[in-house]
Amino acid sequence: MTITTSARVAAATARPATRPPNRMRAWATRAPLLPALVFMIVVTQLPFVATLVISFFDWNALYPKDRHFTGVDNYRQVLTDPDLRHSVWTTVLLTATVVLVSLVVGLGIALLLNRKFRGRGVVRTMLIAPFLVVPVAAALLWKHVLYNPEYGLFNGLLHYVGGPQPDWISNTPLLAVEASLIWQWTPFMMLILLAGLQSRDHEQLEAARVDGASDWQIFRHLTLPHLRRYLELGALLGSIYIVQNFDAVFTLTSGGLGTANLPYTVYQSFYQAHENGLASAAGVLVVIGSIIIATFALRVVSSLFREEVSRA
Amino acid sequence: MRSQSRRTPRALFAVAAVGTLITPLLAGCSGAGGAGGVGGGSAHAINVLMVNNPQMVELQKLTSDNFTKKTGIKVNFTVLPENDVRDKISQDFANQAGQYDVATLSNYEIPIYAKNGWLHALDSYVKSDSGFDQQDILAPMRQALTAADGKLYGEPFYGESSFLMYRKDVFQKKGLTMPAKPTWQQVADLAAKADGAEPGMKGICLRGLPGWGEVMAPLTTVVNTFGGTWFDKDWKARLDSPEFKQATQFYVDLVRKHGESGAPQSGFAECLNDMTQGKTAMWYDATSGAGSLEAAGSPVKGKIGYVPAPVEKTDSSGWLYTWAWGIQKASKNAGDAWKFISWASGKDYEKLVGEKAGWANVPAGKRSSTYDIPEYRKEAAAFADVTRDAIASAKPNDPGVQPRPAPGIQFVDIPEFTDLGTKVSQEISSAIAGRESVDSALKKSQALAEAVAKKYEGS
Repeated sequence: MTITTSARVAAATARPATRPPNRMRAWATRAPLLPALVFMIVVTQLPFVATLVISFFDWNALYPKDRHFTGVDNYRQVLTDPDLRHSVWTTVLLTATVVLVSLVVGLGIALLLNRKFRGRGVVRTMLIAPFLVVPVAAALLWKHVLYNPEYGLFNGLLHYVGGPQPDWISNTPLLAVEASLIWQWTPFMMLILLAGLQSRDHEQLEAARVDGASDWQIFRHLTLPHLRRYLELGALLGSIYIVQNFDAVFTLTSGGLGTANLPYTVYQSFYQAHENGLASAAGVLVVIGSIIIATFALRVVSSLFREEVSRA
Repeated sequence: MRSQSRRTPRALFAVAAVGTLITPLLAGCSGAGGAGGVGGGSAHAINVLMVNNPQMVELQKLTSDNFTKKTGIKVNFTVLPENDVRDKISQDFANQAGQYDVATLSNYEIPIYAKNGWLHALDSYVKSDSGFDQQDILAPMRQALTAADGKLYGEPFYGESSFLMYRKDVFQKKGLTMPAKPTWQQVADLAAKADGAEPGMKGICLRGLPGWGEVMAPLTTVVNTFGGTWFDKDWKARLDSPEFKQATQFYVDLVRKHGESGAPQSGFAECLNDMTQGKTAMWYDATSGAGSLEAAGSPVKGKIGYVPAPVEKTDSSGWLYTWAWGIQKASKNAGDAWKFISWASGKDYEKLVGEKAGWANVPAGKRSSTYDIPEYRKEAAAFADVTRDAIASAKPNDPGVQPRPAPGIQFVDIPEFTDLGTKVSQEISSAIAGRESVDSALKKSQALAEAVAKKYEGS
C-alpha cells in the first residue's frame, strides 16, 4: 500500500529518462520492505478481517450451537438500537467537548509558556505531567480523590469555605467524565501548539511591531493563521484518541447515567451479552467512523509535511 | 511531491493506519496475559484457570508444598481478573478446547454451562470419594450447583449470602433497637433515625453502581421479598408489576433519602469503605464484607452487629453466590482434576489455611463443619452463625412468592441476564441519581426484559 507508492516514487526517481522499466531495481528497492509489510498485514489487518467476517454472523458465545450467518442483520440491529444511537451521540459530544476545550486551554497555556521566564522548563514539565498519567489511574484519581462527595478534595475545599456539597458525578455525569479527560488532554494540545509557536518567523513579528501592530492584531493576523495547521493536527489526533476512550467512562460511571460511549457499548455487548457478532458489527462501524476522521487527519499531516518541505 | 489527484494510495494508507490504531481494540479483548503459563501435558499435571481473588491466590501459594507433594500431580495455574477470567473460560469451554481442566465458575454459570454440555458431571467422583463428605456442603450450595438434569456439576470453594450490618454502638447511643429479624420497613425507619447520628454519618449504604453484579444483586433480593419477580413461570416479563415497582421505588427512595452520597457510583467496595470509615450506620450487602470489617486494624472492629437480610413477604431474602470448581468436559485428566477439587474444597484445606495464613482467611461459607472449628469460631464469632444461617436459608430455586421459570436469587439463571441486568441497572442507577423517575426506568427495563422473554416463551 504505502510501500508500493513510495517504492514507485523511488523507482520513478531512480528511473532514467529513457523508457526501460527496470523492474529488477524497483523490486530491489521493495524487497527489504516486504517483511515489514507482511508483518503489518498479519498483525493489524487479519484480525480486522476476522472481525469483519464475525460481524455477519449471529454468534452468542453462550449458544455455540446456534452460530449462523445472518448477513447485515447485526448492522441493522446496531443502527436501530436506541441505546447504541444514544452512545454514538454521547461519543460525538464527549469527543467534541474534550477536544475543543483542551485546544482552547492548551492554546492559552502554550501562549504563556512561549514567554521567557525563570523556571520555564520546570513549569512545562509539570504541565505535561497529566498526560503521562496512566488513563485508568487518572480516572480513579478523579473518581475518588477529587469527585467523591464524602472524602473528595472538591467537596473538602467547598466545606472549608462553607459552600454546598454537590454529588459531582451524579449531578453532571458527562461533564465529570469530560473534565477528567480535558485535564489529561490539555497538555497534549499545549505541546503541539507550543511547537507551532516556537516555529513562528521572528522577523515577521518584528516587522509587524515596527509597523505598530498591537498584540491582539499580531495574534489575530499572524499567530492564528500560522497555528491553524497545528490546531487542526491537535484536534484530529485528539479526536482519534478520545473517540476510543474507555478508561474514564468505565471507571467513573460504569457507563451509567447516559455516559456510555461507543467503545463502552462495544465492550458491554462483548463481555456482558457475549454477542460476538453484534459487538463485531458495532466495532466495524466504529472503525468506519474513525477511518473518516483519520483520512482528514492524514491529509492535514501530509500537507504539514509538504509545507515543511517547501519551507526547507 | 505527490500530486493531489492520486487519492487512492492515501486512502489505503488511511485504512492501514486506522487498522493499526483500532484493531487492538477489537482483537486485544482476548489478548490479556495471565500469571503463570499452561504447562505441557505430562503424566500427572492439570491446568487450572481461576479468578484472582485473595482466597485463590492463597490456594496457589499452598498447592505445590501440600497437594503436589502428596499426590504428585503438578498444578499449572492461570490467574486473571473476574471479567477476563469469565471471557477466557467461556471461550475455552465453548469450543471445548480442553486447554484447562478446571476453572472457577460461579453458581450463575454452572447450570448454563452444564446445559450446554461443557462440564463433567461430578456425581460418580463424589460417591467414590468418602473423605470429601458431600453431605457437609450446605444444602443451598449443592442445589445451586446441580443442573436441570439433576446431576452435580460444581463443588464450591467458598460462598456467601447477604445480610444487614449495623453499628451497635451508634444504635445504642441513639437508643435504637435492631430487631432480630428486621423487615425492610423497619430498616427504613431505623435509617431515618440513624441518619446524622454522627457528623457525616448516613443512615444506610446500598449499592447504586450500574452492573448486573452490583446494584442489581441487592435490589433483586428486595424485589423478591416484596413479592415481585423478573419473569413469571410462563416467561412473561413482570418488571411493570406493582410489586416490582413498589420494591424499586422503596430502594431508590431509601438510598436517596438516607443513603450514602455518590450512590450511583457506589458498589460493594465503596460501601465497605463507607462502613469502615464510619460514614454509614447500616449496610446491606454480602456476608463476605464482614471479614474485612472485623479484620485486624479495622476502626469498626467489634462495633458491628449482624442480622439476617431484611424481609417483607418471604421468610428469608439473602442471596447466594459461590465461586466453585468445574471440570471441563473435554479434559483428559478428569480424575486428577477431581483430586485437586477434592483437596481444595475439602475439610483439611480449610484447616491448612487456618494454620498457615490465619483463620480469617479460611474459604468459608460452603461447609457446615467449618462453623464447628473452634479456632474459626473464635476468629469469626461476630458473624459466623449469621453467615451460615443466611446461606443455609437461601432458596435458589424458590426465592420469592411465586414459581420461577429459572433458578437464581439475585439473578435469573439465563445467559442473557448479564446483559439484561446490566442494561436495567443503568436505568435504576439513573433513577437513584434523580435523572429519571422509577416509572420511566422500569418502563424501559420492561421492554428490554420482554425482548429477552421472547426467546423463552412457550418453552
